[in-house]
Amino acid sequence: MIKIEKRNDVSRSIYFLTPVLAIFLTLFGGGIIFFILGFNPIEALKFFFITPISDLYGLSELLVKATPLCLIAIGLSYCFKSNNWNIGAEGQLIFGGIVGGGVALLFYNHDGFYVLPLIILSGAIGGMLFAMIPAILKTYFNTNEILVSLMLVYVAKLLLDYLVVGPWSNPEGFNFPETRQFSDSARMPILFDGLRIHAGIFITLITVFLSWLILYKTYLGFQIKVSGLSLKTAKYAGFKGKTMIIIVFMISGACAGLAGVGEITGPIGQLHRNISPDYGFTAIIVAFLGRLNPIGIIFASLIVALTYLGAETAQIFLQVPKYTGQVFQGMILFFLLGSDYLLFFKIKFLGLKKNEL
Amino acid sequence: MSFDLNFIGILIGAIMASSVPLILAASGELITERSGVLNLGVEGMMIVGAISGFALMVVTDNLFFAVVGSMMSGLIISLIFGFLTQSLLTNHVATGLALTIFGIGMSAMIGKNFVGIPGKEFPLLFVNLKESIPFLGPVFFGHSIILYFAFGLPFLTNYFLKRTKLGLIVRAVGDSPVSASNQGINVTLVRYSCILYGGAMCGLAGAYLSLIYTPQWIENMTGGRGWIALALVVFATWSPIKVLIGALIFGGITILQLHMQAVGLRIPVQLLSALPYIMTIIVLVVISRDSRKIKLNTPTSLGQIFYKEK
Repeated sequence: MIKIEKRNDVSRSIYFLTPVLAIFLTLFGGGIIFFILGFNPIEALKFFFITPISDLYGLSELLVKATPLCLIAIGLSYCFKSNNWNIGAEGQLIFGGIVGGGVALLFYNHDGFYVLPLIILSGAIGGMLFAMIPAILKTYFNTNEILVSLMLVYVAKLLLDYLVVGPWSNPEGFNFPETRQFSDSARMPILFDGLRIHAGIFITLITVFLSWLILYKTYLGFQIKVSGLSLKTAKYAGFKGKTMIIIVFMISGACAGLAGVGEITGPIGQLHRNISPDYGFTAIIVAFLGRLNPIGIIFASLIVALTYLGAETAQIFLQVPKYTGQVFQGMILFFLLGSDYLLFFKIKFLGLKKNEL
Repeated sequence: MSFDLNFIGILIGAIMASSVPLILAASGELITERSGVLNLGVEGMMIVGAISGFALMVVTDNLFFAVVGSMMSGLIISLIFGFLTQSLLTNHVATGLALTIFGIGMSAMIGKNFVGIPGKEFPLLFVNLKESIPFLGPVFFGHSIILYFAFGLPFLTNYFLKRTKLGLIVRAVGDSPVSASNQGINVTLVRYSCILYGGAMCGLAGAYLSLIYTPQWIENMTGGRGWIALALVVFATWSPIKVLIGALIFGGITILQLHMQAVGLRIPVQLLSALPYIMTIIVLVVISRDSRKIKLNTPTSLGQIFYKEK
């Protein structure tokens, strides 16, 4: 007989070990899928997870992809920790990109040191304002933030589409759905010649550090934590719930907006339809895999970034579609959520009694 | 352009066809949500249904197997969601998102060898009536059997929820799992069933796209319809008949876009495409403002984990 009991105390070591277990199970599951599709699983997994980062360029690409993922996930951790389900980071990223990109186009052919900081700031504000929509609707109209933030993703996508096809499209661009290439003053400085890794990584690292300070060392961080554990307690303690909800959404939106401008002023250099390969959604996986902990999120962002790179390599060497990366991303989250069961429940194997056979 | 009644009939027929996947997926998701489970994996289950249906059609050359197979595959993939959320008590939102991400990836992997293969003609019913009756012909006739099923489904769903004992049980589980459980109802079993039913309907919705609507396999071919279906359930305030009306409005917007481009009206296409999402947000604001209204309309325990100490 198997008996299942609820655990009263959650062990911290298991709490941070289950993500590792989830990653191993994902590799195992991925191997099985590759085997079913007729590939040598070890070989295929090698193409997926080792080949992409076996040279300097690959490592730089890993950081290029981890930069936005980590930044968005850090922002989301404020929301998730306080039980606010912002799942529209993709929309906030795009809207931040639109606002930042608009400023970049406004200052086309200006070269001043102020151009890039202005773009970055406006991108952050754009993302922040866009995230305030679900927050304000939640606090004042009691709407469900999951549904509102999700719907707004598609509104932002369509707005971007409208702008790059219509009013903002490159006048010399033969009607391609894209804006002009931003001028050099509007681009993130590249850190090393020949690699794409850019200064956006510092924005991410600074945000991670500040978030650690805010979440663990300030009164706001304490409020967020208590509200996440028990809304009743938070109310009893007299926390201003509405203000906190709006603040966590603003922070989270600003982070997503920053990730958006980081992409358009970094590796992309213009606005077009696909400024993000669903970073905003994938960052949700990163936030969970990192256990909403700033350090955990850094590691998680590197691992999830690797699934993006691996899919690109596998597309070339194994001729599998680029969406293969999503199979791994989905599996990581499945296994992670599933293995959480071990955290909250004890499984006891009891000896079989005769009359039960 | 002269005023042509028959043309309008054809237009209405086209709107009906484009609303079919929305009706099917949203009706399935509606039952799931009525039992208190929020499954954000609609898009993922639809796309898996689309590829399974198409692949089975190519492999078996039998449309019946293809349609049934697509429902089975939607059901199987929703079982992952059911097992995680109901047996392992995981968070509904995160699990549903994982299901969508996984489904899109999985469908592309399976579909790798099916890109570029032409589809098979799906039999349409009453084609001669369609052509012989002006206006009403193209509205009511010359559709696939799945369309007729889809248009009947909201009424069946309504009857099921309001008039049958099982429907009452589903609603009880969604509104108050604790009291339902105290009445001796197996909440987990009811929720499992509703999740699997939702999965099967989403699978069918996907198969409609790959077998009938645009008979071929294209990566990511559901193109966000799963999210619109999810919006539709909210837009319809969890009422099956309103799902039908909403699907016709949302489907109509899709068809309108194509024709406005042809006529050359200067309204941005993107604004029209965004309307379903914006309208859904407005409906949410209207129904949520009043706490009595939201209690009346929303399954009270939507998205909450139910755990019974054994």
